[in-house]
Amino acid sequence: MCLAIPGRIVEIASENQDSALVDVVGVRRRIDLGLLHDDKPAPGDWVLIHVGFAMSKISEQDAADQMSTLRMLGEIDGAMQEVQGYGLEDVN
Amino acid sequence: MRFVDEFREPELISKTAEEIRRLAGTQRHYRMMEVCGGHTHAIYRFGLKDILPENIELIHGPGCPVCVLPMGRIDDGLAIAQQPDVIFAAFGDMMRVPGTQGSPLEHKARGMDVRIVYSPSDALKLARLNPEKHVMFFAIGFETTAPSTALTMMRAKAEGIRNFSVFCNHVTIIPAIRAILDSPDMRLDAFIGPGHVSTVIGCRPYEWIAQNESKPIVVSGFEPLDMLQSIVMLLRQLRAGEAKVENQYKRVVPWEGNRAALKAMAEVFQLRPYFEWRGLGFISQSALRINDKYAEFDAEQRFEVPGIRVTDPKAAQCGEVLKGVLKPHQCKLFGRECTPEHPVGALMVSSEGSCAAYHNYEHRKAAMVSLGSIA
Amino acid sequence: MRLEASTAPAAVVSDSAPTRFRDPQIEMAHGAGGKASRKLVEGLFAPLLFGAAPGPLGDAAHVDLNGTTVAITTDSFVVKPLSFPGGSIGELAVNGTVNDLAVSGAKAEALVVSYVLEAGLPTPILEAEVRAMAKAARDAGVRIPAGDTKVVEHGKADQMYITTTGIGRLLRGVNVDPRSVRVGDRILLSGPIGDHGITILLARGELDLEADLRSDTRSVLPLVETLIHAAGPGIRWMRDPTRGGAATSLNELARDCGLGMVLFEDQIPVRDTVRGACELLGLDPLHIANEGQFLAVVSPEYADVAINALCLAPGGSEAQVIGEVREQPAGAVLVTTLYGGSRIVDMLVGDPLPRIC
Repeated sequence: MCLAIPGRIVEIASENQDSALVDVVGVRRRIDLGLLHDDKPAPGDWVLIHVGFAMSKISEQDAADQMSTLRMLGEIDGAMQEVQGYGLEDVN
Repeated sequence: MRFVDEFREPELISKTAEEIRRLAGTQRHYRMMEVCGGHTHAIYRFGLKDILPENIELIHGPGCPVCVLPMGRIDDGLAIAQQPDVIFAAFGDMMRVPGTQGSPLEHKARGMDVRIVYSPSDALKLARLNPEKHVMFFAIGFETTAPSTALTMMRAKAEGIRNFSVFCNHVTIIPAIRAILDSPDMRLDAFIGPGHVSTVIGCRPYEWIAQNESKPIVVSGFEPLDMLQSIVMLLRQLRAGEAKVENQYKRVVPWEGNRAALKAMAEVFQLRPYFEWRGLGFISQSALRINDKYAEFDAEQRFEVPGIRVTDPKAAQCGEVLKGVLKPHQCKLFGRECTPEHPVGALMVSSEGSCAAYHNYEHRKAAMVSLGSIA
Repeated sequence: MRLEASTAPAAVVSDSAPTRFRDPQIEMAHGAGGKASRKLVEGLFAPLLFGAAPGPLGDAAHVDLNGTTVAITTDSFVVKPLSFPGGSIGELAVNGTVNDLAVSGAKAEALVVSYVLEAGLPTPILEAEVRAMAKAARDAGVRIPAGDTKVVEHGKADQMYITTTGIGRLLRGVNVDPRSVRVGDRILLSGPIGDHGITILLARGELDLEADLRSDTRSVLPLVETLIHAAGPGIRWMRDPTRGGAATSLNELARDCGLGMVLFEDQIPVRDTVRGACELLGLDPLHIANEGQFLAVVSPEYADVAINALCLAPGGSEAQVIGEVREQPAGAVLVTTLYGGSRIVDMLVGDPLPRIC
């Protein structure tokens, strides 16, 4: 139930708005956009593909936010340790 | 691969693992269940257990739709396909799952027309291409996959296709989690929530776990950084004595879920009053059947189905392993009568089943660790 | 089945030799090159045909003919579709056998070919394959002086099955034996894995995937000769990872020598497209068939000169050291990541199947 892969919409079929060609690092397949009626993707958008259907649009902003949060992990830790060294407060 | 490789960056993984070690400390033992079989697979594939501290124990949950399917249902699906001119179409995951007379692949070796499909729409395509045959699609999966099956039937109806049916074994995740929490020998601290199911059902359905059961749950993605970040979030909640639902997989999971997908499911399916889950017994309102409006596509209505209940051998302890009460190697049949080549229980067949995963990955590594020489 | 007894002398096997193969019928899995295949060979063929203790099974047999040792091997080619991007059954039939001889340390001199043809097979298709074989043989420097043909009823042969048997001279300066593998030896791979198997999977058209990908079918003899020339004394073992993939070949070696094969995931060459297809279908490139690559285990002293020589040779630019031999996990293959995670990679039971879970 869980194997879903990000793919980039290459083109939407002209004769059927629910059918799109998607690219996953050079592998291409027609997928069904019928589950994304409320939020139709456009060529260039990234979608999550599961059993030949697009399940969700991928938010590049959220992905970028997540990466920043992760990169800051060590930095916050470092800052916390410095503060701890001052004996000012219990940060745990 | 974009949206994949960033979340596998080795340096960031090491850094996040360090944060986990810092948060986990040494005093407390944490038991976290990952519900979804895809997460189980990811844990083994990425070797995540190697970088987690010893006091974080990951318990494998029942979210493997192949594993929880009773053998009798496989027999039923194969019985339908025995009829003349029927093509049995299913995902690759189903092909080696044993029924009482053998697996779909073994039936294929004996002459049954069995096809592997990647998508339910491929099964419908087979029906279009083979008008003189009937294509029966053996549908499995949780809410991640059900909407695609539903939409495929809607398309079939719109096109007036007559030679296509679905043998529906879709199950729902919440009753399975409830069954785990209701189990008396269960001691869990937190849940790693099923990321792809949640793209459909959203995060609200898990609120009772936090509010009524006081267990934190973080809806997680499937890349190593996703799972590690989810564990960080769970540890923070546990240390602060909190219990809430959080969404780690924001780039893909909408809090409210996917309305169009839920609508498609409601259009085609209704809840079965009860359904048998292998290892967990009968659970009410836990599975989907095709409703009357789409009865023409319901394989169980179009064909005679034996409907014989097949119980697992008493010695097989699939249920306890499914509930996380026993570790795979603690089942008496593990590695002896029950191996990936000759599976007795379905947990050994599916690559994301706890027993298969443990047998393939963990077993030999455990031997290495005891010799003091992990790679 | 290309696993053959690697040591002479000819064994006289009694009719009452015990067999250990208990499966009630033959399944597709028995031909997939994985665990089931191995069980069939070791449990049924080996005891009855190879004698009491045939030693580790190799890609080719070395047979003594009155003082001269020749290498001999046979292989059957059963592929659907017959023709695919990058090649066809005819080329596979030549290159496959040339490669089996090459990795056993022998240069193919001649192949004999046997065709089983399905009645109704259009002649142009047959002619195209025979031309492809002739060309592949010329490219590989090998003669095809004899052959046989049988025709079976329509529906009994998937258009055509080809078997080639190759005979060759042993190459000097190399002695391939899994028992010579030692802790610290390096594992080399000649180029990216997965191209052939994924090309075939896509060419079957059942999964509706398209990609710009070709089979890697080619003779690896030139690269093997380069390797022998540069590092001959250091070569312990070689194999061409066909059906069952690199994972199967390395698992067989691990079992035969009782040591552990530890691979570094970030160093295993895989083309992006192959990776994409594998991610999409839930497959592991290590289990996918290759028809133009080989694995070699080389002693540490010779590893650098070996990899340098391969990288500079035509067709070898993507060669990589992908791992090393260690004591643990004994008899198994372990893949490690840069961040310290690891997983055991076992042989599959049968063919790799796409999954959605």
